[in-house]
Amino acid sequence: MTPFYRFQFYLFALMAIGAALLFVTRKSPVSAALWLVNVMFALSGLYVMLDAPFVAAVQVLVYAGAIMVVFVFVVMLLNLGRPDQLPDLREAGARIAAGVVGLALFANLLAVRRESLPGVELAPATDNVVTPVAESLFTEYLLAFELTSILLLVAIVGAVVLAKKRAGA
Amino acid sequence: MSLTAISPTMALDVLADLSTWFPRQDSQVAPESVYTFALASSIKLLVVFTLYMLGVAMLTLAERKVSAWIQDRRGPNRTGPFGLLQPVADGLKNLMKEEVRPADADKWLFIIAPMLAFIPAMLTWAVLPLASPLPTPWGLISMSVASLPVGYLFMLAISSLGVYGMVLAGWSSNNKYALLGSLRSSAQMISYEIALGMSTIPVLLLAGNVSLNAIVEQQAHMGWNVLSLTIAWFIFLVAAFAETNRLPFDLPEAEAELVAGYHTEYSGMKFSLFFIAEYANMATMSGLMSALFFGGWDIPFTRWDNEGEFTVVKTLATLATFAAKTGVFLFLFMWVRWTLPRFRYDQLMTLGWGIMLPLALGYILVIAAASLALDALGVPRGVPFSLSLLVLNIAIGAVLLWWGDRGKLLSPASARLGQVELARRRARSAAPSSMAMGAPTARTIAVAEATQDQSEPALVGAGTVSDEVTN
Repeated sequence: MTPFYRFQFYLFALMAIGAALLFVTRKSPVSAALWLVNVMFALSGLYVMLDAPFVAAVQVLVYAGAIMVVFVFVVMLLNLGRPDQLPDLREAGARIAAGVVGLALFANLLAVRRESLPGVELAPATDNVVTPVAESLFTEYLLAFELTSILLLVAIVGAVVLAKKRAGA
Repeated sequence: MSLTAISPTMALDVLADLSTWFPRQDSQVAPESVYTFALASSIKLLVVFTLYMLGVAMLTLAERKVSAWIQDRRGPNRTGPFGLLQPVADGLKNLMKEEVRPADADKWLFIIAPMLAFIPAMLTWAVLPLASPLPTPWGLISMSVASLPVGYLFMLAISSLGVYGMVLAGWSSNNKYALLGSLRSSAQMISYEIALGMSTIPVLLLAGNVSLNAIVEQQAHMGWNVLSLTIAWFIFLVAAFAETNRLPFDLPEAEAELVAGYHTEYSGMKFSLFFIAEYANMATMSGLMSALFFGGWDIPFTRWDNEGEFTVVKTLATLATFAAKTGVFLFLFMWVRWTLPRFRYDQLMTLGWGIMLPLALGYILVIAAASLALDALGVPRGVPFSLSLLVLNIAIGAVLLWWGDRGKLLSPASARLGQVELARRRARSAAPSSMAMGAPTARTIAVAEATQDQSEPALVGAGTVSDEVTN
């Protein structure tokens, strides 16, 4: 690792961790959502450093540009009163559960060693960043890809059904 | 030691350092030295940023000049020659104005919302290839600030962030009109972003790559995408108008209904930033449209700019070509704004989800199938390939305009009614319009038509109005 690379790595890593901490400690859901967008950007920076620009771009496009926008949209509609009069959604039980899950994940991180992870061959450098992704997605992992697509489709159809039902009642 | 004695040797040392940092090399190959790359990128960054800001300022003036020209006025002509200093005067005025923040506004979100609106619009210009690469003694410099291998995806990702600025502006001002405006804007931008993204998939299918340089190169080789993918371009154009919140899709700031929409509570330079962001978005969409559908910097009807060595003349000529193409689209944006009325909100949503999205999805299938069929038939990827697609496009366009659009958008709404019903309605609408003094305005007729025609909430376009007026 060159010093420049190391600097960039720690920059994005600290950004991600700091923004994530702010995300879970904010009371206002809109501020929390914006800090989560910040986490997505920091992760995207780390993907670029791993020489995976496609994943980085899609990370911003899907999470920051689509999912979080819809999230903020919904939060805004639910949060129309004065923010300081709203009850805090983070009850004691939820906090304890989140803490336990977080500790478990942290323990997992400590237990995992580089040697225990399956080694992956470096992809050869190409001008076209889409082809390698498409090749593995539509040959090796085709079944998983199609199943995920069906899962998303079912979720969309379910959402539409729920929305129609409420409008009719 | 005196300063005069030491300076010549020091200067020589620095020069020696410079030549190791920035070594001279073959001007047709990208620079190998990291320092050359970094310096070139910094210079490009400064130049593009300066020209871009200047261009956006001039666009505000151009908009007023174009609107004046369309309305048979003179437009701003007092400040400087031909009113050229008007943007400077506007900027100074906005800087001097008091910044007002509503008492119950969310302080930080209120402050960062204008920045969030402006920065994504500007950032997208970083990846646009502005001209053919520039040969210098230190290597071949690519003429985009950062020619990313995922240029197109970067553009889509960053431009999808622009919606945060509008949403947060409306929400943080704690004003119901602003909130309504921001709700409209987020719903509208989410809806049309999908059509926008889907309409460009055929472009990526033909280019087989997501790098904007590759897309421009493919068009230089096969002919512009506007010919081989006309329908996709049309969907992109409509979605671009909606994404930039320009008329006929400017519902987020519909001043007749919402005061000023999401920026109602903003004043001074913060208000101005939203204004700048709108023009920046227009410039970005125009540039993207030139790059994706009109060959980018490719000069039409000649291969001179694509073949042989890169020269400075070629760079300048292609830069002028790209600027001209972008300028045409910017003018189109203004022309449409001062020509068309605003859509109603349900019309907007019907158009986005009911017409443009299915059309874009179907078009992807058609183009994918046609490409496979042409490849199977052995048509070489070149001009014959594009011509076959052009024929296909003309056929689809004919079907859409003369059959699919019957009585919906372009043709008059009367096309859906039977002859008897049409005669009855004409007789009924003839009575009040003859009683009114002079010609009734288009708006009153549209309202009357809408209330009369409750059973058909589909798109009642301008065709109905003109039809009623002429009869």
